[in-house]
Amino acid sequence: MSFLHLAIVAPLILSIFIPLFYRTFRQIHTGWFVLPLPILLFGYFLTFLPETMSGTSFIKMINWIPSLGINFTAKVDGLGLLFSLLITGIGALVVLYSIYYLAKNKEKLNNFYVYLLLFMAAMLGVVLSDNLIVMYAFWELTSFSSFLLIGYWYERDKSRYGAQKSMLITVFGGLAMLGGIILLYIMTGTFSFTEIMSQANEIFNHALFVPALLCILLGAFTKSAQFPFYIWLPDAMEAPTPVSAYLHSATMVKAGIYLVARFTPVFGEHILWFWLVAGVGVLTMIWGSVFAVKQTDLKAILAFSTVSQLGLIMSLLGVGAAAYHYDFLDENIFTVAVTAAIFHLINHATFKGSLFMAAGIVDHETGTRDIRKLGGLMHFMPITFTISIVGAFSMAGLPPFNGFLSKEMFFTAMVHVTEMDIFNLETWGILFPVLAWIASIFTFIYSMILVFQTFTGKYQPEKLDKKPHEAPIGLLISPIILVSLVIIFGFFPNLLSDSLISPAMASILPSLLGGGGEFKVHISFWHGPTIELFMTLGVIILGLVLYITHSRWKKIYKGIPEKLELNRFYDFVLEGLQSVSYKLTNTYMNGSIRSYLVYIFAFFIIILAATLIGKNAFTFSTSNVSSIGVYEVALAILVVLGSICILFAKSRMTSIILLGAVGYTVSLFYVLFRAPDLALTQLVIETISVALFLVCFYHLPKLRKFETRMRFRLINALISVGVGAIVTLIALSAHSSKLFDSISKYYVENTYTEAAGKNMVNVILVDFRGFDTLFEITVLAIASLGIFGMIKLRLNRRKEG
Amino acid sequence: MRKTNNIILETAIKVLLFFIVLYSVYIFTAGHYYPGGGFIGGLMTAGAIVLLLIAYDIKTVEGFLPVNYRILTAIGLLFAIGTSAGSLLFDVPFLTHAFGDVQLPILGELSLHTATLFDLGVYFVVVGVTMTIIQTIGEDD
Repeated sequence: MSFLHLAIVAPLILSIFIPLFYRTFRQIHTGWFVLPLPILLFGYFLTFLPETMSGTSFIKMINWIPSLGINFTAKVDGLGLLFSLLITGIGALVVLYSIYYLAKNKEKLNNFYVYLLLFMAAMLGVVLSDNLIVMYAFWELTSFSSFLLIGYWYERDKSRYGAQKSMLITVFGGLAMLGGIILLYIMTGTFSFTEIMSQANEIFNHALFVPALLCILLGAFTKSAQFPFYIWLPDAMEAPTPVSAYLHSATMVKAGIYLVARFTPVFGEHILWFWLVAGVGVLTMIWGSVFAVKQTDLKAILAFSTVSQLGLIMSLLGVGAAAYHYDFLDENIFTVAVTAAIFHLINHATFKGSLFMAAGIVDHETGTRDIRKLGGLMHFMPITFTISIVGAFSMAGLPPFNGFLSKEMFFTAMVHVTEMDIFNLETWGILFPVLAWIASIFTFIYSMILVFQTFTGKYQPEKLDKKPHEAPIGLLISPIILVSLVIIFGFFPNLLSDSLISPAMASILPSLLGGGGEFKVHISFWHGPTIELFMTLGVIILGLVLYITHSRWKKIYKGIPEKLELNRFYDFVLEGLQSVSYKLTNTYMNGSIRSYLVYIFAFFIIILAATLIGKNAFTFSTSNVSSIGVYEVALAILVVLGSICILFAKSRMTSIILLGAVGYTVSLFYVLFRAPDLALTQLVIETISVALFLVCFYHLPKLRKFETRMRFRLINALISVGVGAIVTLIALSAHSSKLFDSISKYYVENTYTEAAGKNMVNVILVDFRGFDTLFEITVLAIASLGIFGMIKLRLNRRKEG
Repeated sequence: MRKTNNIILETAIKVLLFFIVLYSVYIFTAGHYYPGGGFIGGLMTAGAIVLLLIAYDIKTVEGFLPVNYRILTAIGLLFAIGTSAGSLLFDVPFLTHAFGDVQLPILGELSLHTATLFDLGVYFVVVGVTMTIIQTIGEDD
């Protein structure tokens, strides 16, 4: 276990202690215990900078399930490091912000920070795992922790709805991605990403290449809220604002971007990749920006803006993949697209994070996020206003902030698309710059709405719950730091060029570098009177006109897309599924355990009998049957007699005791056949189950003496005879045919040498097959919690009703 | 649960309980060499507590055995997972066990296994699970 692995699971380990801290130190905000960890991790990841800058990557491996090729391989390269720094850096700021945002005596802080840490570990795992299966596990953990965080205020209906929606959509995508991973495994025979990448050329013409590509993209698109899967993101805004700032703008939603960037070396050369990634990206961008304009909730505007910006980054990555079709690195204009993608990724995290935090402050200090109620807050909250205006201008792509720079590069890339002589772009290519330009105008408008409708205009105190005032300094620190970054990156754009952007590009486009080269990234503030600059000017002029006349367009904004909303479709499908499954369940779950047993055993008989007949598996030979002694016969008679007696028992007490007697007799069989462990277990189980019956004896209804329906009894008899027959047949066949050598020999030989134990059964349980035991006790624990929950819930309901 | 009047059982269980628990601990520790182990040991301990429940009512038993069995289950799982993950610290695959002999002053040579820690987790989980189920069903009236 290396330090790197420890860094990935460190949040998990800390999360175990959070409830403890929460209980013991009630007067200290639990967030203070969490805060040091992301700061430490951020510092730790910074130490990798020299390594990734020199073009090497750092790999450490732990054997996990080596026989299946699943190993916990942690790898730090340019792309992974960039994301790790984002996760821990923004993570630290978000934790600091949350300390002031969530009141320590009102909120369930123990839950909150456990979920947040869970998420942090999951995200680090996603970006630092080289093994795809391990990556997938962490990937689903991000969906899971996001579900918990969105549903944090679970007593609200909308929180639960949003949580379920995000879970359903992202887990669906995750499963598709798992399919893609398995297809890749079939093609390459490995789960290691590094090895898959080295075989990229061989799999290009494989029949499964396109299905794998589609599956992986499905995972990326659902996670990064691309069209048409974006619908979960606005609903995810039910989470507390620190969560929105962290998960739904800076990190988790970028996991899809990460995935696309990661897989560009494998799939990037294919035409489908270009069209899907770039096309869906541009579509998402324009769709999100148009929808953002018509929102009235601050966080909803930000949510749709995030959708739109994610689309922007996605489209850049798609266009960047075209770089593979040009050989000369120095003249390769499409590397600009990748540079812009990475640069905008960083910029987006800074300005969107600060905007979310500012929106949270407004919500916190005024009690509402509705821009129709807000206005004129500038005088009450000058600092928040400054933060918002810088963030919004950067988002709108105005100079001198960092958003301007990446937006210019975005235009550059989109304009160059028209010059491509591949993929039929001579004809369709013109759509890219046009759509990008229109989307940018809408981006400009919603950025202006966001800041000016909140902070300028008429102050309406009668609509606010609280009297607004500036936020406490603690709430302001984090957004101020982010906003300072917005300005610093704006004035010194090349601060990150060599340290972060260039190594990340090397991870996305490795084959263009050949041996040992590096990308020369130079972001210039002034690039002369080019077409991009005129596009920006056009955005500002048209945007200003449209914004000033905003009130006139409102009707159109409200009118157009309502019918296109995919949410209705989602709700319709979900409701349909629910009602169908409800009906289906109600028909067979009739509440009687007898019927359930009938179903279970009927299926048991059908499946096993079909297999026995279909595989022609029944054999019977008496060659290695041992002799039957007096004891066996006596015991067998006892068991049979006992079982028959149960059928005719008149009282429950008698039948329980008879059942116990049968069980004890069976355990005597084990003694006879020299299996003391089994005998012991059987004895104890028998005792406990009889005792359990006795404990609940008072609650059981009187045994009904007459079963009224003859047909039911007949079916019962038939099924019990059938089960007996099937089990007997299987036992006979299993005994009669020995296809393999018995595995017990291995255990006999190795139990003492490998595990230093003399009791084979126990050694198998705790050592050789410890995994089984581990999962078994986990299942047991979950089952007991389930029983506890069901019975307790029923008790509470009865008390209330 | 209804209070029963079982003087003989109540008196006998006071003495028997210790023997059963003691025996279950023996069964647990002997597991690696002789029949037994965490599963059986845990069941046997649970059996002893169930006997208590039969003799007395649930309230009384909770009085002198104030154990939250759900937390016991969680502790058991932590033990099992902790032992399994501990092997990763030594750069060996998950769930690799270690063992060795230790010389003790009076007891002489003692063989120690990490598998026992894992088994202890199983023991706790089994007691916790069995008792959670029995207690909740018993309380349900």
